[in-house]
Amino acid sequence: MSAVRCVDLCKTYRQGDQDIKALDHVDLEISDGGFVCLSAPSGGGKTTLLNAIGGLDKPDTGEVWIAEQRIDQMSKGELAALRLSQIGFVFQAYNLIPVLSARENIEFVMQVQGQPTALRRDKAMAILREVGLAGLEDRRPAEMSGGQQQRVAVARAIVSRPALVLADEPTANLDSTTSDGLMALFVDLNQNHNTTFVIATHDQRVMGYAKRLIRMLDGKIVDDIDQQAA
Amino acid sequence: MKVVQISFLLASRNLWRNYRRTIIMLVAISVGAWAMIFMTALMRGMVNEMLRDGIRSLPGLVQVHNSAYRDDPSINNLVSMTDIEIETTFAAAGIERYATRVRVPAIISSERESRGVTLLGVDPLRERSIEAVGSVIAEGRGLESIDDNGIVIGKKLAGKLDTEIGKRIVLMSQDPDNEVADRGFRVVGLFEANLAAQEEAFVFAGRTVVQKMLGIDGRVSEIALTGDDYRNVELLLADTRRLMDGRDEVLSWQELDTFLGTMLGVMDGFVLVWIVVIFLALSFGLVNTLVMAVFERVREIGLMLALGMRPSGIMLQIIFESLLLLMLGLSIGNALAYASVIPLKDGLDISVVAEGMEMFGAASVLYPEIQVNDVVLANVVVLTLGLIASLSPAWRASRYEPVKAITKV
Repeated sequence: MSAVRCVDLCKTYRQGDQDIKALDHVDLEISDGGFVCLSAPSGGGKTTLLNAIGGLDKPDTGEVWIAEQRIDQMSKGELAALRLSQIGFVFQAYNLIPVLSARENIEFVMQVQGQPTALRRDKAMAILREVGLAGLEDRRPAEMSGGQQQRVAVARAIVSRPALVLADEPTANLDSTTSDGLMALFVDLNQNHNTTFVIATHDQRVMGYAKRLIRMLDGKIVDDIDQQAA
Repeated sequence: MKVVQISFLLASRNLWRNYRRTIIMLVAISVGAWAMIFMTALMRGMVNEMLRDGIRSLPGLVQVHNSAYRDDPSINNLVSMTDIEIETTFAAAGIERYATRVRVPAIISSERESRGVTLLGVDPLRERSIEAVGSVIAEGRGLESIDDNGIVIGKKLAGKLDTEIGKRIVLMSQDPDNEVADRGFRVVGLFEANLAAQEEAFVFAGRTVVQKMLGIDGRVSEIALTGDDYRNVELLLADTRRLMDGRDEVLSWQELDTFLGTMLGVMDGFVLVWIVVIFLALSFGLVNTLVMAVFERVREIGLMLALGMRPSGIMLQIIFESLLLLMLGLSIGNALAYASVIPLKDGLDISVVAEGMEMFGAASVLYPEIQVNDVVLANVVVLTLGLIASLSPAWRASRYEPVKAITKV
């Protein structure tokens, strides 16, 4: 079964007098348990593709399917429910909620899902230990470094064990050791929990972890490499 | 339920994020709420005092008269029952707070001046139970019985007549045969009233003495009955009508004095208008605060939507924030209003403008009265309108496109 399927996706942005093709007839299928890196120069279309897959942005034409559900025609409410139950996001910037502590940020998705307090607290504390932030659970984002904030964002994305994790430059603000630790966590989730990962990155080290590497240019897929076979 | 919890948590934390703005808004809401409640308490105090004075001068909450008396308040239009029949009937019905009175127009003359007054022949013991004008004796003594030969007049009237306690005056009226009926009385007491006009208008003598003077033994002009609450006279009115059995006219104070009667309704309407006007001034600040709060948090709102929070959850957050702000401001405003009224429980002297106030029946001392109904009304109106005002920013926030909101700089 495919975790993600995109059929003939097109998306054009207007920038001044120019039309920019962010996605140009993109076809893509990612199977369950896939570990895919999207690589492209800035403006190449990888973030637009991630947003379309996550239901955050609607393509101008084409179809997006997540776990055999067509999402490009869903309402806002249906998309919110889908994201809440099936997709974990790590965004390019830190994107934590400033008035919540690290633990509360991690618990946010689980709380919206309606998980019991004790259960989500245990899960949050466990994931904080896994990402190396034990003892910082009561700190608010402003009291943490950029790397710590990024780890909290990653922890929030994976804590409820979503079927699909979409990450946009997840290691952009991390040192190499932390970056390796984080990627090891992703690999573990991918191998042991069959979580599908789609990661947009410039980082060669991150690309090295991927089973499949997709290169984009000007909104088109120009290369699709099965790294396991290679 | 969990969404409600997280929305409430976020709202309460966000409220203090820009604490200066929150404090300024809290001050505005508190002062607004204080102004609504305190000014309403002053107006209520003034109107209630006007009503009480009006009811004292009627007096009573319900009165019984001959059906022709209101058109012609003369000695010929007397209550159909004698004073003894009235006592028996009312005693059997368990009604105790009433007074029977003879009320006729008369001329009072001292050795120097004459003036037109209303002569009241009263039973002093019963009169105390109906809290009528004339009960506060400033000098001398009050009437002691229905046979008391003395007369009690107002202090102002004594001044106008240039008379004093111990001096004699003459009262002149008409008997049922339209003959002059007059009698000399010795002034035994001077009463004080809240309104100077009342001190000039009424003179009190023993009921039997006045009945003899006018040749109407055992007959009275009116029966005045009172109760505990001037807002609630229906039961007393119905009981009295049943007792009188259609023989005489039984009217409530609102029917007897329509000006007084309409004051309550007018006051209630005025309070509501006053509250809404103050709220309208507040609402600009409130909406501005919420719009700014939403504008500053566009990325977070986008993030929450992206993570799967429904638009209704975002709306709830903004509404909770508004609600918390309003409730906090209202609590402070209510406390301030009560704190401002406590030191004024002995009255606020406005004698500087009392002459003007008397023109519409208000006394020179105001006793602010905070009524629970008014406090509830002010709070409910502010909360309801506040929530309505916050719907627009809340709706806007919930309509953001996550991807646009997240990337907003």
